[in-house]
Amino acid sequence: MSQYILRRLMIAIPSLLGISLVLFVVLALAPGDPFSELATNPNVPPEVQAALRAKFGLDDPIYLRYLHWLAAMAQGDWGFSFVSRINVDTLILQRLPTTLYVIGSAQLLALLIAIPVGVYAATRPYSIFDQLANTFAFIGFSLPTFFTGILFILVFSVKLDWLPFVYTDVPGSGIPWLLEMIRQAIMPVMVLGLFQAASMTRFVRSAMLDVIRLDYVTTARAKGLGQAKVIVKHVMRNAMIPVVTLIALQMPAVFGGAIVTEQIFRIPGIGSLLISSILANDTPVVMAVTFVFACLVVLFNLIADVLYGWLDPRISFR
Amino acid sequence: MFDKNLRGMIDDVKDGRMDRRAFVKRMIAVGLTAPMANQILAIGGVAMAQSPNPYKPTKRGGGGPLKLLWWQGPTLLNPHFATGTKDQDGSRLFYEPLASWDVDGHLNPILAAEIPSIQNGGLSKDAKTVVWKLKPGVKWHDGKPFTADDVVFNWEYATDPATAAVSSGTYSGMTVEKVDDLTVRIKFKDPTPFWANAFVGAYGCIIPKHLFAEYKGSKSREAPNNLKPVGTSPYKFVEFKPGDLVRGEINPDYHMPNRPYFDTIEMKGGGDAVSAARAVIQTGEYDFAWNIQVEDEVLLRLEKGGKGKTLYAVGGDIEFIAINFTDPNTEVDGERSSIKTKHPILSDPAVRKALALLVDRDSVKKVIYGRAGRTTANYLNGPEEFVSKNTRWEFSVEKASALLEQAGWKVGSDGIREKDGKKLKLLYQTSINGPRQKTQAIVKQACQKAGIDVELKSVVASVFFSSDVANPDTYSKFYADIEMFQIPMTQPDPGLHMRRYLSRNAATKENKWQGQNFPRWVNKDFDAAIEAADTETDPIKRAELYIKCNDLMWQDTVVIPVMHRLAVEACSNTVRPALSGWANQTDNLQDWYRET
Repeated sequence: MSQYILRRLMIAIPSLLGISLVLFVVLALAPGDPFSELATNPNVPPEVQAALRAKFGLDDPIYLRYLHWLAAMAQGDWGFSFVSRINVDTLILQRLPTTLYVIGSAQLLALLIAIPVGVYAATRPYSIFDQLANTFAFIGFSLPTFFTGILFILVFSVKLDWLPFVYTDVPGSGIPWLLEMIRQAIMPVMVLGLFQAASMTRFVRSAMLDVIRLDYVTTARAKGLGQAKVIVKHVMRNAMIPVVTLIALQMPAVFGGAIVTEQIFRIPGIGSLLISSILANDTPVVMAVTFVFACLVVLFNLIADVLYGWLDPRISFR
Repeated sequence: MFDKNLRGMIDDVKDGRMDRRAFVKRMIAVGLTAPMANQILAIGGVAMAQSPNPYKPTKRGGGGPLKLLWWQGPTLLNPHFATGTKDQDGSRLFYEPLASWDVDGHLNPILAAEIPSIQNGGLSKDAKTVVWKLKPGVKWHDGKPFTADDVVFNWEYATDPATAAVSSGTYSGMTVEKVDDLTVRIKFKDPTPFWANAFVGAYGCIIPKHLFAEYKGSKSREAPNNLKPVGTSPYKFVEFKPGDLVRGEINPDYHMPNRPYFDTIEMKGGGDAVSAARAVIQTGEYDFAWNIQVEDEVLLRLEKGGKGKTLYAVGGDIEFIAINFTDPNTEVDGERSSIKTKHPILSDPAVRKALALLVDRDSVKKVIYGRAGRTTANYLNGPEEFVSKNTRWEFSVEKASALLEQAGWKVGSDGIREKDGKKLKLLYQTSINGPRQKTQAIVKQACQKAGIDVELKSVVASVFFSSDVANPDTYSKFYADIEMFQIPMTQPDPGLHMRRYLSRNAATKENKWQGQNFPRWVNKDFDAAIEAADTETDPIKRAELYIKCNDLMWQDTVVIPVMHRLAVEACSNTVRPALSGWANQTDNLQDWYRET
């Protein structure tokens, strides 16, 4: 097993190198520069803009820039943001807690809804409950988050005036602070969580249905086991394999943030950092965020594979 | 005549026969603004009265939090690195200049004890030196005294090329020296009638020498205080998250009495302009939101029964269509739009005049900009004394058609005019921005009616305004026939604004397209007028020269002004901000308060 993990990690190195090269080249080929705001300011002579480009190495050939980046990255230096002139790792670490809190809660909410609803719906296929769950799931994943987000804002902020729609890190501590942090996270967590829950419910339900019809389930029932035990111990454990894959691949997204929702609610997460950096042509930040994202995808794929073995001992690692 | 009367009146004020207020009133009556009247007095040798913004609170603090919403949050807090207005605004929360531009466009002393004038010996008659007296007893947030050394240091810091400061242009062409602990002298290389650029406004903010001295030059990026500003402002630094949040708290030792009013300040970033307007006007979650470039219709709807309103500040920002005088489709020495070529169609003045007749400014204002725009025929729209009254504009498809007909452009079988085998087809480019694409559509429609075929093109703003030499789509390369964007006026003086169109500033391959004269317009009269204005110390003659420049541009149809744009802000009904169309929104932050 440990040999298997080691081998997988070794394989990851060339693929990560490949990913970084592709990312870098695409970003370098994209036109524009981070100093475009200076262009029309009559107070700033154009030489200043050009000097900044030269100083930050934007005029160097692409392969040189890539090698510089790679060499620095290998030594743990992530580079610095052209726009805010601070180190990229500081920038990302600043955004991480909020991202984990908001997006993590949304994922948790999605799981807490999807697994019970999906399982229960599968045990009673085509019942009223199943129909309702299906209908809501379809509505849920047909509505994009930018729509539900704005709908929630209109209803809960503008009309009812219950919840704030601008998310800020409120200073302070203690119970009132905690309550405020929860209050302002309600809307974004709901928007994201319900969207995720909708598609996940469908997924859990169909995975369960696949397994529930198998002969060994009938055998388990024939042994006289109770419904709860059959469903939880015999059906769910086997049905979870595809679900685990799905969740494992969702995990990097938790770190990557949710670009649209973060923008709507002004959540200072990694998603909004990524989008503003892309818009500002802040290559080092875009590079770092996407590269971390790529690493996480590779890592969580590996974790999913390892989990399969635990869920289904017939799967062996070679 | 006017000139002579004016000089008489200035003398009256000087000798106390006429009071200052009466003088300003008379000037307004003849069409000058209060700021100009005051500038005339300053240069005429009358000391400028301190003109603070109205401020009611009678004690410091107690105002609770002030919550600002900038839909693009500040990404750095060093004024010398401030690329965009958002960064300038954020830096200004903690750093202060020697003087700010107040509501009316006067200089308002902040760190200066008084505004230099000829009478107080601050200005020399030849416009080559300025002496600033600093306010005594000002302390940095860390308790160290603020002195002339700090001011001199800022000039050294900004002009060191290794620092890579954005403000380097503001401080070039001068030397700054310390006279004593509270006096600095600026010496200009050339006579500089507009002396209030260095140490004033956004790039005039002063950073402390004792914290940045070690980080001048190539180590500039490593300064820990780039992220933790220590300034002299009414608010002390608490927290900064680039692109997201800036937080400050009251400075109990602030150098102005009874100021500031608010106990804490917060500048939140992110999101978009519409929802920012909503958070201020409709739900009241925030007190003030910046740069609300939203269709007027939406704003009017939000304002109905809302908790806030929109505010408009008049400056000189101009949205315009520029005309390419060179040929974008012919390559000369590997360069398109080369100054050696002439545009095959647009070199005909009749076509340029017809185009100006085809820009329906009233519709653009009605449909797009609403209260945030004013129609104009001028490129130079402020301050008032520099605004030409000799120009006019109109929208008329018939007149445009007649003009083209006369010039020999006949309608062909496909409905498009042609002359000597050249079709009247134009490529019209701009940056991607809702209002701009709508304006393009309005202009295209009118052109079609007049038999001009217009092809529209829009480029992402970060590309359009980039200085990437390899990119063909930048505004300065101008590989199109006409293009549209906005040029802001960052100070109440047209000097820098107009210099751009000097013939020798034409953008070429040789200067890596850094020449600011992107229409590549060449006019000797214009050059002569600008050069004369640059060193003209008589304010009235100087204003006449700039008006002449504006009129030359109008006669030759170098640019077609589309809209004189105002700054739009959203503000809570109870907050009284001190805004100026000539400065950043936070430039007079010390005077903000809440009406209770």
